[in-house]
Amino acid sequence: MVSEAQIWRWLAEVPDPEIPVLSLVDLGVIRAVEVGKEVLVKVTPTYSGCPATAVITLDIEAKLREKGVENLRLETCISPPWTSDWIAAEAHEKLRAHGIAPPRKGQPACPRCGSANTTRLSAFGSTPCKSHYKCADCLEPFDAFKCI
Amino acid sequence: MFEFLLRMGDNTLVLGHRVSEWCGHAPVLEEDIALANIALDLIGQTRLWLGLAGEVEGQGRDADALAFRRDAWDFRNLLLVERPNRDFGHTLMRQFLFDLWHLDRLADLCRSADERVAGIAKKCVKEADYHLERSKDLIIRLGDGTDESHARMQAALEALWPYVGEMFTDDALDMEMADKGIAPLPSAQRARFGAALNGVLSQAMLTRPESDFARQGGRTGTHSEDLGHMLATMQFLQRAYPDARW
Repeated sequence: MVSEAQIWRWLAEVPDPEIPVLSLVDLGVIRAVEVGKEVLVKVTPTYSGCPATAVITLDIEAKLREKGVENLRLETCISPPWTSDWIAAEAHEKLRAHGIAPPRKGQPACPRCGSANTTRLSAFGSTPCKSHYKCADCLEPFDAFKCI
Repeated sequence: MFEFLLRMGDNTLVLGHRVSEWCGHAPVLEEDIALANIALDLIGQTRLWLGLAGEVEGQGRDADALAFRRDAWDFRNLLLVERPNRDFGHTLMRQFLFDLWHLDRLADLCRSADERVAGIAKKCVKEADYHLERSKDLIIRLGDGTDESHARMQAALEALWPYVGEMFTDDALDMEMADKGIAPLPSAQRARFGAALNGVLSQAMLTRPESDFARQGGRTGTHSEDLGHMLATMQFLQRAYPDARW
């Protein structure tokens, strides 16, 4: 019998399809794992229309099947709604290293040079969860996680 | 309950599709991305509302079936959201008027006695808040911008104004939803909407039209010709090739 902790470890190996430096566990979209007669994984979408959501459920299924989990059920839950606060603290460093400013209230710091002197170019970015900024010191444009 | 959920889901579906028509055509790249993202949020919200509608109806229809297999008279959206895009000013003004109403509506629904409705509202309210922040900012910048942008925003406000009143009219279904604690009466939003609107319009140097004439019918299925044209495009594939998958 596989343990819940083992399932969590396997899920931590599944990268987010849009931001592969983060795992699904880092992103905070896995809300619960229950092991009984079947393995139940509860998943929440980040944004209600995020196209990655469908890929995420496929990837979870593929990973757990590969590990030999047969009786698997995925459940989508939207309540309570996902918040960027659920992105794990360690994941903030991974985002920065990847050139994406992690979510934070107020102005994001440049992930490249650390400057706080940044301006927002666009409220929306390359994925629903990000907006687009530019650093006024090193002049590099960058994506920043929206804080919701 | 089914009809109430259609009213919510059809608003976001029709507006989401309208906004998506800009994809690849917006005046600047950032706006193209913003419009596509907003359309995506609205379509995602539609999936939640129409998904629940299908469940409540219990006839085996899912969100896709409701979106692609109903004709215009079965749609329950506000007339405002089916107005054609026209210029960027019209698109933005329509979005702003909708966002201002939508955010307030969702905030109310977060306290719904039906926990499924409250759950969806709590998910959508964060996205609606972000949409309003953008549309409000652009209304102010363009209204208080150049002579040209000001004139276009004022023209858009006047053209869309007759479609505002429908958001605040109550009918028998609204009374029933209010009695059950599922959703407060739309009319209760009118004063809050008006106050917030006045604040933005004065910053945007725009003049609120005086007439209170309100076109109505969308919420009960009497639509403008524009919706039919939109659906002809949106539903083409599922109509021509039913159950097509890829």
